Amino acid sequence: MAVLPGYRKAPKYVFASVLSVIFLLPFYIMLRNALMTRQQVGSPDWSWLPDPLSWVNFGDLFADTSVPMAHSLGNSFLVAIVTAPVGTLFGSMAGYALARINVPGRRFVFTYVLVTLMIPQSVTFVPTFVVVGSMGGVNTEWGIIAPNLFSAFTVILFRNFYLRFPVELEEAGRLDGLGYLGVYRRLVLPNSGSMIASLGALMFIESWNAFLWPLVIGQDPSSWTAQIALSTFLTAQSVNLPALFAGALVTIAPLVAMFLVAQRFIVRGIAASGLKE
Amino acid sequence: MTAVVAAPAVPVTPAKKRRRRRDWRAIGAFAVLTGPVVLGLGLFKYVAIGWSFLLSFNDARGTITLGNWIGFGNYAFLLGDDAFLTSLSTIAIFTVFIVPITFIASLGLAVLINSIRRGRAFFRTVFLIPAAVSYVVAALVWKMALFNGLPSGVANVVGGLFGADPVPWLSTTSPPVYWVAVVSLRLWLQVGLYMILFLAGLQAISPSLYEAGELDGTTKWQAFRYLTLPQLRNTSVAVLLLILIAAFQAFDEFYNLFGTGLSGTATAPVKPPLVYLYDSALGDQNYGVGSAGAFLLTVLIVVITLLQGRFVGFGKKD
Repeated sequence: MAVLPGYRKAPKYVFASVLSVIFLLPFYIMLRNALMTRQQVGSPDWSWLPDPLSWVNFGDLFADTSVPMAHSLGNSFLVAIVTAPVGTLFGSMAGYALARINVPGRRFVFTYVLVTLMIPQSVTFVPTFVVVGSMGGVNTEWGIIAPNLFSAFTVILFRNFYLRFPVELEEAGRLDGLGYLGVYRRLVLPNSGSMIASLGALMFIESWNAFLWPLVIGQDPSSWTAQIALSTFLTAQSVNLPALFAGALVTIAPLVAMFLVAQRFIVRGIAASGLKE
Repeated sequence: MTAVVAAPAVPVTPAKKRRRRRDWRAIGAFAVLTGPVVLGLGLFKYVAIGWSFLLSFNDARGTITLGNWIGFGNYAFLLGDDAFLTSLSTIAIFTVFIVPITFIASLGLAVLINSIRRGRAFFRTVFLIPAAVSYVVAALVWKMALFNGLPSGVANVVGGLFGADPVPWLSTTSPPVYWVAVVSLRLWLQVGLYMILFLAGLQAISPSLYEAGELDGTTKWQAFRYLTLPQLRNTSVAVLLLILIAAFQAFDEFYNLFGTGLSGTATAPVKPPLVYLYDSALGDQNYGVGSAGAFLLTVLIVVITLLQGRFVGFGKKD
């Protein structure tokens, strides 16, 4: 292995590089089409580069009055920026209690949470619509957010995490006169950073990219998220293709940026959530 | 683990003794910490599912209130509806394609990345980054650029290099080439996620196993077949299950690729069960049929999950 490492591995690098190009191609095409004119996109001939660069598409995207793109992006932000931290906090709270506070009925609550995991998430959109609809949640931002704040999956992952949490910290806090909630708030929560970051990042991605539920509950353009706005754009009669691709770019930009910055936590979150099921 | 909260380091005072019998402060803290999740899941899962279950036995057209009991009428309607049965076969075909392809591709990528040293982080990022993209955006790129059926569509440009005529990918039903678009879309989006799971599994395998194998003169293939694969068994079962359940819940890409309602583009009429459910519950406002469909699908997914556990997890006890 020490002798000719470069030669032995060369085919693997070539293969991985070819695959990389294929994986990145859709991103390139998004960028290319977002910068083309409508004529260039519709042309029967293939071209690698838009010439000239047509930046006007980003303006067109937000100027289109039939699709409230700016407002929808705002809604997406609101939904993700509330769902991720609040949902993660709820998960951490319940996970900690289930792992470390021994009271009668703890097993019952654990089972109660676990059972909801067995019901496939997206099949519950009809039942959830019935409840949220009866509470007046149709076409509201809270209607989009509320059902996703409570994730059994997050609770279970946090519980596993806290089962392995060093107990000395809590004992020290208790000696200093902190109650259960004080120990959780002052000591446990501040020391759960990595787990909160990984599950929070996953929740952010999930709620930013969610489609079915926001489509079900946000029927009016005023409550559309960016995904719904794009989808409407996509199925519209006369579509401004370059503006549509500009919209796609704008919609994925925050997540790709977040992925590159918080990759360590996202990878850990995926690994944890996949294997613990 | 249960003795932890008894605070053994604290000297036992009479007050402590009393608290241990019925520790109201612990019960209060437990209630406060688990309260939001217990109430939220109660409302949005238990109440929702209970209500919907009752609705499924009602004629609930344009209403979500109970009171028009029709027994198994909605279930009978679904099982007699060709569109629903077709949606089940559609999802079965999709599953048959997507599950093995995603499984093999993600395992392959993980083994590939695990075996190279330089640029490992780079390649991992490249294969994972599509996971940041939503199905809506991916469907947009697939429908309007890669498989748009125009001579300048990427798939047709590549085909043209080999002398193939342009194909209208999404509207060709015989042969059903639209599956190429549907399957490749989901593969691109998801393969990186499962690759991460396999990578975690691979990195947990002790190198000494391979060293022992090398002493015995095993080939690369033998090492993979008799060391790597058995060591990855738990990961493999988890990944298979995740891919399978995700396949049965497909909605986003079908809805957007084969645009319902507003779409002016001609595409193949491909509706998996969730799109069917969406159309009956939200389109026709028939919440009774929508609820019944949700329960039929849930039963189906649970049965398949259990069956899969039976077959794949067979002899798993280790």
